[in-house]
Amino acid sequence: MDVKSALFYVFSALLLFAAFRVITARNPVYAVLYLVLAFFQAAAIWVLLKAEFLAISLVLVYVGAVMVLFLFVVMMLDINIDSIRQGFWKHFPLAAGIGALIALEMATVLMGGFRLSEEPKAVQKMGELTGLAAGQVSNTKELGKLLYSAYLYPLQIAAIILLVAVIAAIALTLRARKDSKHVSAGDQVRIKARDRMDIIKVIATKKAAAPVDVTGAISTIVENIAEKKA
Amino acid sequence: MIPSLGHFLSLGAILFALSVIGIFLNRKNLIVLLMAIELMLLAVNMNFVAFSHFLGDLNGQIFVFFILTVAAAESAIGLAILVLLFRNKSSINVEELNTLKG
Amino acid sequence: MSATLSATTLLAVPLAPLAGALLAGVLGTALGGNVIGRRLTHTLTILGVFTAFVISVMTLQSVVRDGASFSQTLYTWMNVGGLKMEVGFLVDGLTAMMMCVVTFVSLMVHLYTIGYMEEDAGYNRFFAYISLFTFSMLMLVMSNNLLQLFFGWEAVGLVSYLLIGFWFNKPTAIFANMKAFLVNRVGDFGFILGIGLIVAYTGSLNYAEIFHKADELAKLDFPGTSWMLVTVICICLFVGAMGKSAQFPLHVWLPDSMEGPTPISALIHAATMVTAGIFMVSRMSPLFELSEAALNFVMVVGAITALFMGFLGIIQNDIKRVVAYSTLSQLGYMTVALGASAYSVAVFHLMTHAFFKALLFLAAGSVIMGVHHNQDIRWMGGLRKYMPITWITSLLGSLALIGTPFFSGFYSKDSIIEAVLESHLPGAGFASFSVLAGVFVTAFYSFRMYFLVFHGKERFDQNPDAHHAHDAHHDSHHDAHKPHESPWVVTVPLVLLAIPSVVIGFFTIEPMLFGDFFKGAIVIDAEKHPALEELAHAFHGPVQMALHAVSTLPFWLALAGVVTSYYMYMVNPAVPAAIKRTCQPFYTLLENKYYLDWFNENVLARGARGLGTVLWKVGDQAIIDGAVVNGSWKLVAWVSSVVRWLQTGFIYHYALAMIVGVFVLMTWFVWPAK
Repeated sequence: MDVKSALFYVFSALLLFAAFRVITARNPVYAVLYLVLAFFQAAAIWVLLKAEFLAISLVLVYVGAVMVLFLFVVMMLDINIDSIRQGFWKHFPLAAGIGALIALEMATVLMGGFRLSEEPKAVQKMGELTGLAAGQVSNTKELGKLLYSAYLYPLQIAAIILLVAVIAAIALTLRARKDSKHVSAGDQVRIKARDRMDIIKVIATKKAAAPVDVTGAISTIVENIAEKKA
Repeated sequence: MIPSLGHFLSLGAILFALSVIGIFLNRKNLIVLLMAIELMLLAVNMNFVAFSHFLGDLNGQIFVFFILTVAAAESAIGLAILVLLFRNKSSINVEELNTLKG
Repeated sequence: MSATLSATTLLAVPLAPLAGALLAGVLGTALGGNVIGRRLTHTLTILGVFTAFVISVMTLQSVVRDGASFSQTLYTWMNVGGLKMEVGFLVDGLTAMMMCVVTFVSLMVHLYTIGYMEEDAGYNRFFAYISLFTFSMLMLVMSNNLLQLFFGWEAVGLVSYLLIGFWFNKPTAIFANMKAFLVNRVGDFGFILGIGLIVAYTGSLNYAEIFHKADELAKLDFPGTSWMLVTVICICLFVGAMGKSAQFPLHVWLPDSMEGPTPISALIHAATMVTAGIFMVSRMSPLFELSEAALNFVMVVGAITALFMGFLGIIQNDIKRVVAYSTLSQLGYMTVALGASAYSVAVFHLMTHAFFKALLFLAAGSVIMGVHHNQDIRWMGGLRKYMPITWITSLLGSLALIGTPFFSGFYSKDSIIEAVLESHLPGAGFASFSVLAGVFVTAFYSFRMYFLVFHGKERFDQNPDAHHAHDAHHDSHHDAHKPHESPWVVTVPLVLLAIPSVVIGFFTIEPMLFGDFFKGAIVIDAEKHPALEELAHAFHGPVQMALHAVSTLPFWLALAGVVTSYYMYMVNPAVPAAIKRTCQPFYTLLENKYYLDWFNENVLARGARGLGTVLWKVGDQAIIDGAVVNGSWKLVAWVSSVVRWLQTGFIYHYALAMIVGVFVLMTWFVWPAK
């Protein structure tokens, strides 16, 4: 057994163990961390498969951003851990059964036709394409070439998807500042006079001698309005 | 022995099965549900990369690229919804999310 | 040979009455603000009809003297897929004669109406309607294509409806006008089918083009059957004529149409509208000649009408009903003549009948006016000394009707009887019997009416229903309710109509029947249907025909009828009652008009209403509203109430469903591959 195979087995074992722990960990923070471990192992396997760009991007993007986000959220939410674990093993038989079925099915497919064991042709092919020796083919460069020529359109769409995700995330969770003086234009337009103003009849005093207390009346009106508004 | 395509594919299959089990087991924890979905996507990516390597076709890796993008977007929005849900219901217990029943 | 008549002059013939009708109808009624008064109204409309009459006479002169004719399309209304719908005129001998008859009788009726409708509130409206009728009838007779004929056909039906229900506040009048319209509609349905068949097989509505293709049509069979196509076409066309010309069994509307004022009974239901069917069949003679079956059908229907309607006339007590059944019987005679391929004889009788029947109706109207709107002949009698002019003209009309030699009715009726006797069609035997028996019956009821009204004891004081229900306006004028002669506007038309009733037959029989008058208009296959040909051989001039009549059966039958009625109603009045007692079942049958009205009302009408109710209750309410409309939403609601259980609201149920689905799909794809 050569180094590559050994490494493959080590990494896959760790990966499977981490995946298992993700779903069975008690503490959600532990679950997130185990997921991070799983991603690292996967990245390593991909390097073995000579897809180094993807491996790095997995670590950078997925672990670096998405898992961090998960961690943020887990830590932000005040979760009652104990109540979560109740009845956990109750559903295990069903779940295990279904999982086993799926795995079995995939296995039958695999046993049918994928027993290739010769050295992958990927590197040879890339070598033929670019005329370079095997060690000098740059995975990143080739990906870039392909991405920006044949897959230009999907690339732009992917960008739009990310934009949509950004907007959606903000739109969903944004809470308005409590001291903001922003008023919705639509609400402003829909206001009716009677929502803001009350007209109160003030009876003029009958005494002819005494002059009418205009200012007093006005202040009475103002007070009434203030009362109503408050 | 040298790992063949079959080994990689079975690895992907087992990962996928694990994540399915995870979905079913986690009645109480919505976050773990989301993580199980990430695992599913990882399993699929594994398959793609394996095929890309063994068939010499770079298109598989391109596809993984896009899956990565979409997965990132999806998990961001999923978590945003989770946060909102928690704000409103103070719980991430999946069994309590049944107000949309018919 | 043929000079062409002028299009504009001919156009004036229908348009002048139309103008009169529009002016009277709009400006003379509340529609236009009652701008013009009665005098102006009747002057305008009479002017219109008079113009039409003058031009018609001029046209007739051109046709007879110079052999002029006119056949042109004046206006193409539409051209739909190759089918041209046009307005045009075809003026030949047949048309010119009809034009003169229509305009003359219309003019007489217009004049008569001034007196008859003097105290009616709808005076202007009435004039508008009768002028409109004149327009419609002229369009019908002058047309050169089936569409215009049908337009005229429907228009006269419409105006007839309007006029029968002229006194629209009377429930009986409304019942009658609906009945007339609906029964006509049944006939029109057949007519439309006939026209449709013609259009389908010849692609044209124009007479000239249709007749051009007539020989080709004769070779075709009606698809799916072994009947000749022309037979089916002709029978369908004749069904239309049955409706309009009131042949059995579509005759039921005509007696009821007596609800309308008497002038229109004279104009529409004696002289002109009911003759439209006869006219149409004569026009279509090239087609009818090709089908013996159709001609046989025509003859038998006409014979039934001629005889059985005559029977009904015997027992009527309303003066107008007697004349109505007489009209029905005479229409039957005309139809029988058509069936014997003696089209010119039928049209000749049409013309003479128009004159003397209009005369009889107008005279009846004069009598009704004279006895203060009582219409029951049992309460008249001895009127000849109070209403001399009416009496003389009625006598002349009745003599013409029964076929007294030298009078016009004799020439036309006897020609019909001889033509039928010469015919070889299978139904000719029955038809001969009917027309001969009909002569006796006609004479009997005509003179029954004559004797009861004008002779004998005066019975107008004995009327148990003496009420002035119709018009209570005239009491101030008359003392002791004695009858009086009618004003000159009423009696002058009577005289003017009496003259042709007496003389016209004598002068016109030779050119019309045996001359060139109808050349080109009427086509007869002389080999197959030699009736008219035989008549021509036997004819030696009108005088000789009249003198010869004394030795023929019809003369003696008519005389017998007169003598019998004289005996039964003047000499020995107890006889009718005795006969009634002995023949009670027969009498009941006649009284109920052969139960046709009962059948129509209880079987057909009730059946139609029942069908409507079923369609409403079951079809509309239960099926469409209940099952389809309501049922569909109820079904949707029920289905959704069941499907709703899938929405548990639990995410893991949904996830389970998804995963199971994925699993199933995988199995689906993997299984065959293994």
